Amino acid sequence: MTPKISARDVSVFYGAKQAIDHVSIDVDRDTVLAFIGPSGCGKSTFLRTLNRMNDTVASARVTGEILLDGEDIYASGMDVVQLRARVGMVFQKPNPFPKSIYENVAYGPRIHGLATARADLDALVEQSLLRAGLWDEVKDRLSDSGTALSGGQQQRLCIARAIAVDPEVILMDEPCSALDPIATARIEELIHELKGRYAIVIVTHNMQQAARVSQNTAFFHLGRLVEFGATSDIFTNPREERTRDYITGRYG
Amino acid sequence: MTPLALAIIVFGLALIGWLAARMRAATFRPPGHARFTALPVHYGYFVAICALVPPLVFLAVWSLTAPALVTDTVLATPAAAALPPPGFERASILSEARALGAGRSHGAFHDLAAQLAPAYAAAQTRYDWIATAVALLLAFAGGGLAFTRVRPDFAARTQVERVVMLLLLAASLIAILTTVGIVASLLYESSRFFRIVPIGDFLFGTHWSPQVIDPRDLGASLGAVPLFWGTFFIGAVIAMAVAIPFGLMSAIYLTQYAHAATRAWLKPVIEMLAGVPTVVYGYFAALTVAPAVREVGVALGIANASSESALAAGAVMGIMIIPFVSSMADDSIAAVPAAMRDGSLAMGATPSETIRRVILPAALPGVVGGILLAVSRAIGETMIVVMAASGVATLTANPFASTTTVTKQIVDLLTGEAEFDSAKTLAAFALGLTLFVITLALNVVALSVVKRYREAYE
Repeated sequence: MTPKISARDVSVFYGAKQAIDHVSIDVDRDTVLAFIGPSGCGKSTFLRTLNRMNDTVASARVTGEILLDGEDIYASGMDVVQLRARVGMVFQKPNPFPKSIYENVAYGPRIHGLATARADLDALVEQSLLRAGLWDEVKDRLSDSGTALSGGQQQRLCIARAIAVDPEVILMDEPCSALDPIATARIEELIHELKGRYAIVIVTHNMQQAARVSQNTAFFHLGRLVEFGATSDIFTNPREERTRDYITGRYG
Repeated sequence: MTPLALAIIVFGLALIGWLAARMRAATFRPPGHARFTALPVHYGYFVAICALVPPLVFLAVWSLTAPALVTDTVLATPAAAALPPPGFERASILSEARALGAGRSHGAFHDLAAQLAPAYAAAQTRYDWIATAVALLLAFAGGGLAFTRVRPDFAARTQVERVVMLLLLAASLIAILTTVGIVASLLYESSRFFRIVPIGDFLFGTHWSPQVIDPRDLGASLGAVPLFWGTFFIGAVIAMAVAIPFGLMSAIYLTQYAHAATRAWLKPVIEMLAGVPTVVYGYFAALTVAPAVREVGVALGIANASSESALAAGAVMGIMIIPFVSSMADDSIAAVPAAMRDGSLAMGATPSETIRRVILPAALPGVVGGILLAVSRAIGETMIVVMAASGVATLTANPFASTTTVTKQIVDLLTGEAEFDSAKTLAAFALGLTLFVITLALNVVALSVVKRYREAYE
């Protein structure tokens, strides 16, 4: 089976400073891939190259090749709007729009013209909130502001918002780092439920979380990809000494 | 002794106190490892303040009460018995006598004034000497007492800090007291106006022609509705139709699209527009924009297109307000968290969709607050309308027709030869009071909107 995303020799520069150094990695279909590594190792930067969110940073420059279903996303003909509809993203801090819960989820379908009739849109919102595991908690107050929800609910709302445009890949940038343990457990459960349907790439500081939710793990250090393989191998039998030191808590 | 000489002597005494206290404090040595409670300079300032403040406060109070005391003394002289009863004539004789006595004038119109002048001069001299003596005594006493307290265990530093705090408090109170004084004088003059013109006629009357007032029915020609309509039309409708779109769009460009380098020079240039004197905008409106507007109006077939049109004054006023709207909108857009923008872009929204659907709604309260402040600024603006708007009050919604504003009318009413208690002149104060109430209300609403918005994101 061909990989969903295939990155070859990707380097990222912020001005003259190199943040990512020749990273090659594959993201498989319908599985969860975790990026781990100490702070500043470049894992978030690399994640943001996958849907070209680094474009919003004026000084950022990306070299190498990233193929989504065999198509180079940095090619000049690539439509960033279409790319981001296919590769959704959930951020570190929950960032619902200052709109109602309904409007937060309907935002993506509206801008991409996925549902024109009100009934279709209603159904899409309900389905997205159901998949994000939020429907039962909010179905009676869809017109309340999204920012009035708790942190964990806000993050699930952001996940619902991302899946409402029916993406193929979901990028999650430390999605639980601002949440309490119970909300974190809900999100991890949700990731389990979503993995059969989407390819998920998750950046995490929490190694237990990586071990719990992912099938594959990539360990980044100082902008380089140190080790990449099945999560079970990385955590029980790492090939590299640096990986072992990080996993056993010698640094990081 | 002249007031200047007195001031120099008092300040000189304070300086001597400062130097003396410093020198004395410089000899202090703290026992053991203890720290100084104050530096020599603090003792110096303490003594100088004590020498300076009592005489200055005394002189300030004295200067308010002395003229009355002098006049009382003069009135007690036998010659004053011949004065006419209180009224205009008595006041003018007394003021003439005072001028003669002080040597500011050389010939008297009233014989009585010449007789009273020596009494004035004598009384003035006597009270001056009393003032000088008391002021110097207070300076010596204050400075001397303070000097005896210059001891190592006296915390001069905290005393000086307290005086600094009081000084700053007084400075801020002066601005507030001045505003209170302005409001009081507006209220007083307006109440005189409303005693002769019914308030209902003024607020709801639709006919305004202060040049020809019917003495039997003052209210009939002092109806302010056309003025407030004109003010609203020029300041809140036409000016905002120019300022809001351009101000908002430039703020969006500056915050969302411009590179840091472009923003660095473009933003100060836009803000420089706010520094152009309003009189310059005024003649730009009157000499350049107004004729062009009139020609456009005529070309469009509008028969009464005026060269003093509401459109010319309002459009130029709008240009003047652009930097104001732009910088308020800039602040509120910049306060929207970057996570909002990223969240929208990551959904595949284009930058303009992101601005329209996420950033502007989030920034809206701040933007609205800024616009309300801009409106309040525009309706109080005077110079542009004085130069470019018409003096004729017409109730029209045609932007090419001539319209007048409250501020323009206030200027017209007060420049002329009308006496100060005529209905025409007093109407200016009533207009000013009404305008003040409106702008104050706008400012209060706008600031509370902006404040609530700030709290939401901080």
